[in-house]
Amino acid sequence: MTAVLDTPPVLSAPAPDRRIKRQRRLAWIAKHSIAIAIGVMFLTPVVYLVLLSLMTSDQALTADYWPNSWHPENYVRVFEVTPLPHYLLNTVVYAVSSTVLVLLSSVPAAYALAKLKFRGSNALFLLVICVMMLPPQVVTVPLYLMWANAGLTGSLWPLIIPALFGDAFCIFLLRQFLLTIPSEYLDAARVDGCGEWRTLLRVVLPMARPGIAAAGLFQFFYCWNDYYGPLLYTSENESSWTLSLGLASFHSVHHVDWNLVTAATVLAMAPLIVIFFFAQRAFVQGITLTGFKG
Amino acid sequence: MAVLIPRRKTEDQIAMSKPLGIRVRKGATTLSFLAPALIGIAVFFLYPLGSAVYFSFTKFDLLSVPEWVGLDNYRRMADDPFLLQSIRNTLWMVVVFVPVRIIGAIGLSMLLTQLRRGAGFFRTLFYLPALVPPVAATIAFVYLLKPGTGPVNHFLATIGIEGPLWFNSPTWAKPSLVLLGLWAIGDLMVIFLAAVLGVPASLYEAASLDGANAWQRFRSITLPTIQPVVLFAAVTGVIYTLQYFDQAAVAGSIASGQATVGGGISSNFGFPEGSTFTYPLWLYTVGFRYSALGYANALAIGLFVVALAVTLILLRRAKAFSGEES
Repeated sequence: MTAVLDTPPVLSAPAPDRRIKRQRRLAWIAKHSIAIAIGVMFLTPVVYLVLLSLMTSDQALTADYWPNSWHPENYVRVFEVTPLPHYLLNTVVYAVSSTVLVLLSSVPAAYALAKLKFRGSNALFLLVICVMMLPPQVVTVPLYLMWANAGLTGSLWPLIIPALFGDAFCIFLLRQFLLTIPSEYLDAARVDGCGEWRTLLRVVLPMARPGIAAAGLFQFFYCWNDYYGPLLYTSENESSWTLSLGLASFHSVHHVDWNLVTAATVLAMAPLIVIFFFAQRAFVQGITLTGFKG
Repeated sequence: MAVLIPRRKTEDQIAMSKPLGIRVRKGATTLSFLAPALIGIAVFFLYPLGSAVYFSFTKFDLLSVPEWVGLDNYRRMADDPFLLQSIRNTLWMVVVFVPVRIIGAIGLSMLLTQLRRGAGFFRTLFYLPALVPPVAATIAFVYLLKPGTGPVNHFLATIGIEGPLWFNSPTWAKPSLVLLGLWAIGDLMVIFLAAVLGVPASLYEAASLDGANAWQRFRSITLPTIQPVVLFAAVTGVIYTLQYFDQAAVAGSIASGQATVGGGISSNFGFPEGSTFTYPLWLYTVGFRYSALGYANALAIGLFVVALAVTLILLRRAKAFSGEES
């Protein structure tokens, strides 16, 4: 009896089933081919840059893709014949100090905006969004004059000192993350007699680690990549230049050969890609946090 | 907007019912959390913004004292041919760059959701270029697209197409920047991917039963559901384009082949023929190359007004921003 009940669908199915299967397989192949093609296009610029950086300076001026001879020593030479070590040091100083200071000054503000009730909190949050959204060029001239009057242009200080006073994007991102922490935990801590600062340090901070990691990564990457800030404040004094500024002027100012310029370019992006692979999850979560619910 | 103002009245009423001492102490604690950020917003944003408004009515350079000239700077904007060109360039970027990036990001995220195998691998691969520092990416693209020796034109030649001059052509310089922006589309793609994955599967199933094909399902289900994210991406994209500086500056300097960034002043900004002069690039040149600081501030106020208007569009849809009720 069961056998009879089972057979009919099996008997009637094969013909359309095979067609659908073949269609599906074709679609599968098409979709994956497109993905592979796009992937190759996305990889090409980086691969090409790496290949160029391994050529001789003469070959780097030709239309060749593939090095005739391999010159990994370009990566050593670029440190010797250019101020790259100096730029690298400045970039690390800027990115690390700015990231640490921004987190220290932004976490409490984000906590207050997310979890404390006070008059004007909505207005303040709107202000933070405005600061975050408005182009930095709007206040460039007055800020430059301010730092020039303080005698600090030509150094990294105008880039680092503001980090002591929070960053709008960082505050925004952290607030969005802290909103996801249930208030019950905080209430429990308060009932146990914790003050707000202790609640933040003992209860909130451990739970907010992924959010803080994401905000810190974004700030670090922002500083590492920053071109506008160093151009504005440090360009008059070459000993304060960062990688971005140095890369953009290697060829012209220092007459560095292209194979070395590309080697330096690869070196500028390598740390970010390594960090990304170690912190991929925090990253993707952070990007998703910058939004909005669909 | 409504979502941003929750529970206000009751909170205040409760607070009022508490003794004064507790209220003061609570206020002091809140203030201690906010103090650094408040000082930061005041010193590095509100004060310079106010100064910019004042300076925009004055004339001065790095060596002289501001002298009141009334609306002269704003009148000057009307007959500044370079300003007109930079506005046109920035508008071009808004009209082309922003939609192309959004369509590209939606396309990539839809493709990723369709992949049965390797979706994680491809997601990482498509995202990676977004990590490359803009200056490094620009150098790479100038090299890739070099008219004489670049591999792209080399490849086009082998299939019988004569490639354009890319960054060295006034017509093609901005499209080249769009290509660069498409390459670094990863952030936007991740945002759209999260949105697309958030569309309830039951909606698709219902549509499939009704016989809707893939394109119809996308048109009538995916797109309406992710519409708030599209709006968000459009607004932030416009804001991003209004401050577009690094890539345009570096591309012009490097492609011109004789860049002199030393002293913070590149005589090659805008190369070729001013076609990459974006609005902020012109502002920077006016202020720091020509030292017309009063006029530069008038340009800054112009930028502020436009950017604020765009930001307000987003804030009116603040629901998208809140996350409070979700």
